[in-house]
Amino acid sequence: MSMLEIRNLSASAGEREILRGVSLTVNAGEVHAIMGPNGSGKSTLAQVLAGHPSYTVTGGEVTYEGEDLLDLDPEERAQKGVFLAFQYPVEIPGVTNAYFLRAAYNEIRKAKGLEEVDPMDFIDVLEEKLKVVEWGPEIMSRFVNAGFSGGEKKRNEILQMAVMEPKLAILDETDSGLDIDALRIVASGVNRLRRPENATIVVTHYQRLLNYIVPDFVHVLVGGRIVKSGGKELALELEARGYEWIEDLAGTGAIA
Amino acid sequence: MTSPSVESLVQREYKYGFVTDIEADSIPKGLSEDVVRLISGKKDEPAWLLEWRLKAYRGWLKMTEPHWPNVTYKPIDYQNVIYYSAPKNKTKLASLDDADPKLIETYQKLGIPLNEQKLLAGVAVDAIFDSVSVGTTYKARLMEQGIIFCSFSEAVREHPELVQKYLGSVVPASDNFFAALNSAVFSDGSFVYVPKGVRCPMELSTYFRINTAETGQFERTLIVADEGAYVSYLEGCTAPKRDENQLHAAVVELVALPGATIKYSTVQNWYAGDEHGVGGIFNFVTKRGKAMEKAKISWTQVETGSAITWKYPSVILQGDDSVGEFYSVAVVNGRQQADTGTKMIHIGKNSKSTVVSKGISAGQGNNSYRGLVKMLPRASGSRNYTQCDSMLIGNKCGAHTFPYIDVQNATSDVEHEASTSKIGEDQIFYCKQRGLNTENAISLIVNGFCKEVFKELPMEFAVEAQKLLGVSLEGSVG
Repeated sequence: MSMLEIRNLSASAGEREILRGVSLTVNAGEVHAIMGPNGSGKSTLAQVLAGHPSYTVTGGEVTYEGEDLLDLDPEERAQKGVFLAFQYPVEIPGVTNAYFLRAAYNEIRKAKGLEEVDPMDFIDVLEEKLKVVEWGPEIMSRFVNAGFSGGEKKRNEILQMAVMEPKLAILDETDSGLDIDALRIVASGVNRLRRPENATIVVTHYQRLLNYIVPDFVHVLVGGRIVKSGGKELALELEARGYEWIEDLAGTGAIA
Repeated sequence: MTSPSVESLVQREYKYGFVTDIEADSIPKGLSEDVVRLISGKKDEPAWLLEWRLKAYRGWLKMTEPHWPNVTYKPIDYQNVIYYSAPKNKTKLASLDDADPKLIETYQKLGIPLNEQKLLAGVAVDAIFDSVSVGTTYKARLMEQGIIFCSFSEAVREHPELVQKYLGSVVPASDNFFAALNSAVFSDGSFVYVPKGVRCPMELSTYFRINTAETGQFERTLIVADEGAYVSYLEGCTAPKRDENQLHAAVVELVALPGATIKYSTVQNWYAGDEHGVGGIFNFVTKRGKAMEKAKISWTQVETGSAITWKYPSVILQGDDSVGEFYSVAVVNGRQQADTGTKMIHIGKNSKSTVVSKGISAGQGNNSYRGLVKMLPRASGSRNYTQCDSMLIGNKCGAHTFPYIDVQNATSDVEHEASTSKIGEDQIFYCKQRGLNTENAISLIVNGFCKEVFKELPMEFAVEAQKLLGVSLEGSVG
């Protein structure tokens, strides 16, 4: 059984149709890259999988671990192991990172029928996780993303991912706004979290991130449809040739 | 934001809405000089106090109810209120063990055990039921250090010189309509005196409970911290659910003599009325403190209950180098209305005041911050910092800010910062994506918003306040 099975998924924001029949299969252990020009629906796909209320699913189905994913509330999806690293992480003033991470960690534990951990024990849990993003403990007393630089916000997303240990991680433009050092830290964090039983979907506009997080499959999304799929070499081809040729092909319907 | 899981959450029941079935000694409805005399007589008061009450009553007759607050309600019929009600007991209580078990049970239900062995360590409690104090704990231990903590009636009997000296010294009987009413008919309350140089070793706390129907509660609290003394005081309040509005017009006076510190915290959870705005407490309260040289008065309030709240805990910074603080969280949900804030009156040189107000509006609630910062000509080198933040949840609620700034000298600094934010769908979704349900997400975001105020509360009460906030906002996003 595949971990994630997306069949002919359509979704809209208000009146505007954005996804027009996306199909994709993701198995445990795989890394899939979703590429495409701006406005092609990449981020929408990520948000719809996480259950963002701004989007309405108008057709198709999504099965996650044999269950109808679209039938679950966003928090249930999270508790069952679907994680979204946000393109624009949200600030929560007054709430410390430590408190927020522990709240999230305990929700996952509760969903698994495990006991919640208290703040003291959580310090031990965190110690390991902080290494993933090469951070010291001082970050824990800062308020969630408040006053964080763009790079810090993205690192914080990966820290949250490390704490929540998802089965399916969806990284939405995690490379945008990162300098080369932050990119390296974020990418190596993601790589450290890779397990044979987990899967990752990397949504990105640029090939750059894929030098660090090497995908097994690359899919090109144009106009709300996957118009071409291939191996990692497809990403290099896109980098070299841009998106125009593929948009032209999509327009003629010449791509299988 | 529309989420079925939220819409299906009905407003959680008000947990403290029960009525204690206890025989009460109530006087007939209505207000007159005779009623004032009757109340005074029931308490065996000295002549000077009766005179003080009567003067207040005659003054009140000439005053009109204030209508400048940003709230609306049907006119109050002051002749349709019971001004005195007390649980009947046979004799005066020698100790709490003699109290009616029903009363003890009531406070247990409210989470306030009056049995000293079961008390929170380090918190002494005075419990006020309708018009009278039903028991004060830890009195003897406090007395060892000369600290007086007792009901107001007892203070009038046992320490008349202190009461006479300070009663009305901060809030005169003629101060305003509701303060005058209170001065005429106040029935009980708490009295605290901390002697020179003494640091009160425990939190002092009063718990107010309105039980009898159609009763008004008019308590009066007077706290005096003598030179260099320190005291931290907390009040909590609940009332049964009733369809009629009930009037609560209290007066609190704080006197901080040179070098003294008074910290006064309130967690107000009076019944707020139902979702259609029927019933609930009218909370019309005058609270003010006077800080002498190098003295400090700090008000912290968490206001989650009442149908209407009208209150401005204030500080008169009388002495040089005195300090005034006001930290407030005011939450309105359903049809609640709040017009609350503070007055910082700077008279002494180099006096400092800080105001941090967090208003949260949900449902169809209406929340107004009203604050006055006044720097008198003598108050050179004084400073005020005001931060006033509003958070809106949903799109049928309101948030308003009315800051008044009056500076009469050239060397004072007044800073005012204000912000309004709407709790965002994106913030909630972010938390949900991290496994939190909508309620927990809102509670987390709102608690973060109120952090600066909660950290001013004594530890046990900060935890209570956070829980209370969660409860009062349940079902607020629909």
